Amino acid sequence: MVPRSKLDRREFLKTSTRTAGALILGFYFPLRGQMQEQASGASARIFKPNAWLRITADNQITVLVEKPELGQGSRTYTPMMIAEELEVDWSSIHVEQAPTIASVYQGLRTGGSGGVASTFTPMRKVGAQAREMLVSAAAKQWQAKRRDCRAENGTVVHIPTNRRLSYGELVEVASELPLINPDEVSLKVPKDFRYIGKPLPRTDVPSKVDGSAAFGIDVRVPEMLFAVIARCPFFGGKLQSFDPAAAKTVPGVRAVFPVPPLPRHFNTRGGVAVVARSTWAAIQARKALVLKWDNGSGSSETTASLRNQIVQRAAAPATFVAVDRGDALEVLAGATKKLEAFYESPFQPHATMEPMNTTVHVRDKEIEVWSPTQFADEVQDEIAKLSGFPLDQVIVHMTLSGGSFGRRYQWDYAAEAWQVAKEMEKPVQLLWTREDDMQHDFYRPYNYQRLSGAIDDRGGLSAWSTRVVTTPIAGSNLYTGFTESPETLNDPAAIAALEWYGADIAPYSIPNFRLDYAPADSVVPRSWWRSVSSSYTVFARECFVDELAHASGRDPLQFRLDLLAGKSPQAARLRAVLELAAKSAGWGTPSPKGRGLGLACRFGDSCSAQIAEVSVDDGGMVQVHRVVSAVDCGIAVNPDGVRAMTEGAINFALTAVLTGEITIKNGAVEQSNFHDYQVLRINRAPEVEVHIVPSIEEPSGVGELGAMLLPPAVANAVFAARGVRVRRLPIDPQLLKHSQS
Amino acid sequence: MSNTAITVNEKSCVIDDAPDTPLLWVLRDTLGLTGTKYGCGLGLCGACTVHLDGVAVRACQTPLRSVGTKRITTIEGLSSDRSHPIQRAWIAEQVPQCGYCQPGQIMQAASLLAKNPRPSKEEVDEAMSGNICRCATYQRIRRAIQRAAGQKS
Repeated sequence: MVPRSKLDRREFLKTSTRTAGALILGFYFPLRGQMQEQASGASARIFKPNAWLRITADNQITVLVEKPELGQGSRTYTPMMIAEELEVDWSSIHVEQAPTIASVYQGLRTGGSGGVASTFTPMRKVGAQAREMLVSAAAKQWQAKRRDCRAENGTVVHIPTNRRLSYGELVEVASELPLINPDEVSLKVPKDFRYIGKPLPRTDVPSKVDGSAAFGIDVRVPEMLFAVIARCPFFGGKLQSFDPAAAKTVPGVRAVFPVPPLPRHFNTRGGVAVVARSTWAAIQARKALVLKWDNGSGSSETTASLRNQIVQRAAAPATFVAVDRGDALEVLAGATKKLEAFYESPFQPHATMEPMNTTVHVRDKEIEVWSPTQFADEVQDEIAKLSGFPLDQVIVHMTLSGGSFGRRYQWDYAAEAWQVAKEMEKPVQLLWTREDDMQHDFYRPYNYQRLSGAIDDRGGLSAWSTRVVTTPIAGSNLYTGFTESPETLNDPAAIAALEWYGADIAPYSIPNFRLDYAPADSVVPRSWWRSVSSSYTVFARECFVDELAHASGRDPLQFRLDLLAGKSPQAARLRAVLELAAKSAGWGTPSPKGRGLGLACRFGDSCSAQIAEVSVDDGGMVQVHRVVSAVDCGIAVNPDGVRAMTEGAINFALTAVLTGEITIKNGAVEQSNFHDYQVLRINRAPEVEVHIVPSIEEPSGVGELGAMLLPPAVANAVFAARGVRVRRLPIDPQLLKHSQS
Repeated sequence: MSNTAITVNEKSCVIDDAPDTPLLWVLRDTLGLTGTKYGCGLGLCGACTVHLDGVAVRACQTPLRSVGTKRITTIEGLSSDRSHPIQRAWIAEQVPQCGYCQPGQIMQAASLLAKNPRPSKEEVDEAMSGNICRCATYQRIRRAIQRAAGQKS
């Protein structure tokens, strides 16, 4: 067994926050010997130039997809990249999820909007390598000159004679050829693309309209049992005692037993497992358990107590200065015209439609796992560690996931499922009910930011400072994963990536800028949530730019364009998306009465500007009517995928702007289901318009892009409509109830 | 356990689950019809929507004993080949992202069109607002329903 090259923490942080460009993870072309070994038993007439592609004699082309399918389109963009270079008809391709074979597949994970960017070149090489070998095979078969042969639509053509052999007919000869080095094949230039850049239908959509798409929760294996766990509702608390007698009398119950919490790295909370012949029986029996909890030391925490602490931290000395250009504090102290504002947003759950679950079958010499995960190879690794089984005896099937948004980068629920299944001889599916999922998530950090800006005599910005306070992901009391708390709180790179990324004002040209950070303590577990720290830092930054524009008597669009007058390529890209969004949304033309437009922009490897159009009703309720988004993400591999991700990210974020909030009482989450954590429904969903900037640059991610811009665009639009600044999310209708349009 | 006879996707079955078991778990765990999804267990999200005699109901709020002789249709029984106008429109508009809520959305939309073949945007929003989609495919859902309504006329 080849040792797994673990994803380095720093590399992950880089990809997760897009501070680095495309990173090629776990891309591996196995040696022919390995592949032939795997092919044995199946038809020998299969051409396997690499680990990602199989072509059979009957012209079946199968692409193995590395990235999990969470709804973001990996099972479509991956075959698009391969088909582009392989020169095959799109409809001839079958898609499979790559298996967990640690010696071969080392990147069975996705996060940080990095899927397309990290596979764009490697997957095109997969197709190109195979194509070149098939061309060589045809030349050999015809005893023709290689340069007279060309790949075309699943065949190789001998140009002088117009003879043709299908790829299937070339499988045997191609399989005998020495491997071509994929790094030496030439790739198409964008103008020759046939699939990339065209809106292609998703390969998984048919199965998602007839009920056949199988998510983790849909795994059905013979003789399986179903389980739930009763967990301590108080973070940091634990089981004191329990009485299983009544639960055991519920028809269908097979076993009731305590499950210990696993150490920090696994972050499982322990409790009492109930295993039954159906999910319903397990849920009923759990209700019948008599449970006594030790509430633990965190049970005094409330949202109010946390908020007091956080507000104090905003004024306390910084733990850590992140950026200090010029002398912002001095300029601010001496400025005659300055502004200060505080921005705040609370804990948010992921609330994926498919709650956490995993199915595990522990056998004598093998553990088989079916998990809706973003991180299959880590699940394999962790269960091997926990069980003591060798890595190659832990098989993980990465199922479809019913949403993820960062939640499925944790492996706690898979570890728990193993804890339950190892006590049973039969396979067991552990399900988190909606209540379990809402109350035992790893939440987007609570955050609070203090921003100060100084306006000079000519109405320009002379200085800006931002203090970010969060209940950090680094150092989270439960979550340790990559960031190994608590020492990561002393690691500037981890803090940058996890806590304040997105707060830097560059490339806005402001001579003096300071960004510092202070953490706050909380018992609530935290983790990544779609767009991570940018979900709150971009909110504060883009709202504060708007405040400064108004304080200077300037139009918020022109104010931003002036701040972006520099010559850097990033400033130019940003000006372009701002102008495109403004033109498309009718910026500068008078809004209908009662409506307002708000603007926000974001710079990174993907640049975007967003304009929201809102109105506010008599009760102070905000309705977002329309959102216009201009996106520059380099080459849009599947433009319809870019549009779908943008529409989705915008509406995902709208929940956190309009209605969604997790609050804490006695160290426990107060919300439990969709009646008290209100998710955006169709009746409040705006129409989203997406404009993609044509580009031939390398692609960059869009999964989180729309989510970070929506909050400031809406808050700025509310100001335009009602003259009231929204500085805390979700928007409190009381704030706007008596405002005037 | 008692035996309860029900008709699912035009097939008669005898179920030995407790009569108060929600239809959702009978479909998923007893019959293996996993297209109908669990989302909340309280009738708040619509992921478990099925038809009883053609009318959309939440399977998580429908006890087995209450079904009686009403015909149950699940996503697996809406058509045998994705040919229902709603399914065709869902494909044409490329509605699903993660896809988990979509069986419920489709069953709800099919029930809406059966009752109201030409719904306005407001009527669509009203009929569909019991179905949550966390990927927020809402505008494509609106377009797909309008497309299916057009095809039916």
